[in-house]
Amino acid sequence: MSTRVFKGRVVVKGRVTAEALVSKGGFNTLASYQHSLMFGDRSGKCSDQNNVDLYKRPMAGKALCMPQTIGSTTGGLVLYCASAMSRQPACLLFAKEIDSLAAAGAILADVWTDNSMPTVDGLGEEFLSYVQTGDRITVDEDGTVTVER
Amino acid sequence: MELTKRQQDILDGKEGDVKAKVMKTLVMYGETFGSTRMVDITGKYGHLVTSFGLSVMKPVYDLMDTLIDAGAVSSQKFSVDPRPLESCVPANLIQKIFFRVMYSKQDDYDRQLKRLGIMSDDAYTCTCYMDEVGNTPKEGDILSWAESSAVVYANSILGARCNRNSGILDLFGSIVGCVPYFGLLTDDGRKADWLIEVRTSKRPEAQLLGSAIGMKVMEAVPYVIGMDRWFTGLDDEAKAYFKDFGAATASNGAVGLYHIENLTPEAVKQGRSLLREGYRTFVIDDAVLEDTERNYPMIWKDASARPKLAFIGCPHLSPAQLESWSDRIDSALCERGLKKVAVPVVMTAAPAVMEAFKKTDRARRLLSQGVILSHICPLMYMNNPQCASMPVITCSNKLRTYTSARYYKEDDLLRIVTGGER
Repeated sequence: MSTRVFKGRVVVKGRVTAEALVSKGGFNTLASYQHSLMFGDRSGKCSDQNNVDLYKRPMAGKALCMPQTIGSTTGGLVLYCASAMSRQPACLLFAKEIDSLAAAGAILADVWTDNSMPTVDGLGEEFLSYVQTGDRITVDEDGTVTVER
Repeated sequence: MELTKRQQDILDGKEGDVKAKVMKTLVMYGETFGSTRMVDITGKYGHLVTSFGLSVMKPVYDLMDTLIDAGAVSSQKFSVDPRPLESCVPANLIQKIFFRVMYSKQDDYDRQLKRLGIMSDDAYTCTCYMDEVGNTPKEGDILSWAESSAVVYANSILGARCNRNSGILDLFGSIVGCVPYFGLLTDDGRKADWLIEVRTSKRPEAQLLGSAIGMKVMEAVPYVIGMDRWFTGLDDEAKAYFKDFGAATASNGAVGLYHIENLTPEAVKQGRSLLREGYRTFVIDDAVLEDTERNYPMIWKDASARPKLAFIGCPHLSPAQLESWSDRIDSALCERGLKKVAVPVVMTAAPAVMEAFKKTDRARRLLSQGVILSHICPLMYMNNPQCASMPVITCSNKLRTYTSARYYKEDDLLRIVTGGER
């Protein structure tokens, strides 16, 4: 088993261990969550046809790794709803600085629901190059992200 | 973050616990981006992205009730994105049943919006900045808007200042009357990270060019050169073009502001001094656009299926676009000796824009040719799984991104809907 440790900035504090789900390109929050929220899919299967890494993969409870989110400004609201309905990812991990929509979603979930998503950004391009879907991820409260495979 | 006394009082709960949570959310949001202060909203009206009463979005409506019950309503009137349904848009019985179930909260949500502060009963559009709607910010206005296409238009074409706020946070800003100062609100945040050289052989399709740029720059600010070969100023045609262009940059990427050399207000005033040190360059030629279009995924089960419906107007059409499409459809039908469109076409615009257009001869002619004039959100229509499984075509790259609608360039779509070859 190999282990690598990355350090990022804490946006929403928390400790969690989950399986990695990696989007190499921008994560379109609305396109990804549209179907699962609308049709009651508790596993949160990704419905973004443009995202070859995630399309049709379940997102609920995963450590979602991505460069940043893109697309509609419903993005934060969608993450809030996913959290309020207990279909949220276990954590959000960003290679770049977090974007305004993802930040809104993570903060709305933290302040207004009981299902917070620990969120860390600025993990660097190397993190995104290294991490693979299926890796075991542990996020610590200080923004340390441990990747095991 | 340093707050004024009023802002601190709200945060401390002196105007109630709910408003305190609203302010806490905005403070956390700002601090994430290094903001050290809040600034007052100076735009007259807000704009919200959430217009739909989707039964499964219960957490949002519960939150709205919490706000209303606590008296935490908007301090400014606001417009909101388009409604999802209108009876004139074709739907079979099963589709109608699905719509009724999916949007069963629509009436309740409309009532919530009234209590929260919507401008009027017909202030439902993604193009709130049209003169007919009346939510047109001035240059330099600070806004608390969401709706990616409206935000990028307000920033780029009108010179207002607004971050790409999420739904819910748009309303939160309007409730407390201030937003955290960071990103596109600051001079530095409005600097361009990319120089985009457009070297195509003819004027590119707005939504295809926007798509290529959005996918390349993601959330960065592009400074685009080469467009002044086709536009000499921001007249109605240019504004409509860049409305569609911006919507594609924002949905295919995450662009909240673009500068167009010699055209958009800040580019006219500041020129290439807007380019940040160390900016990157990307050249767009015919081949790049062809590649972009070719790489769109094809998700119809039967790629050769005959289209059953076409949407034109995502984002909503401008008055000039309604006129132009009317003339283009009429000419194409005349050329083929047809009296009606071969594929039902739904053209969408803001309610006030559409009402004015419906009084014209062009509108009467379009209606007689089988075109449906509506103010719905095509995206909300396509969310219905019974509609999503139908072969629907569009010239909107935004609609393509979020639904199963298949993208065609405007001329190709025109040819198909008027009986030409696919």
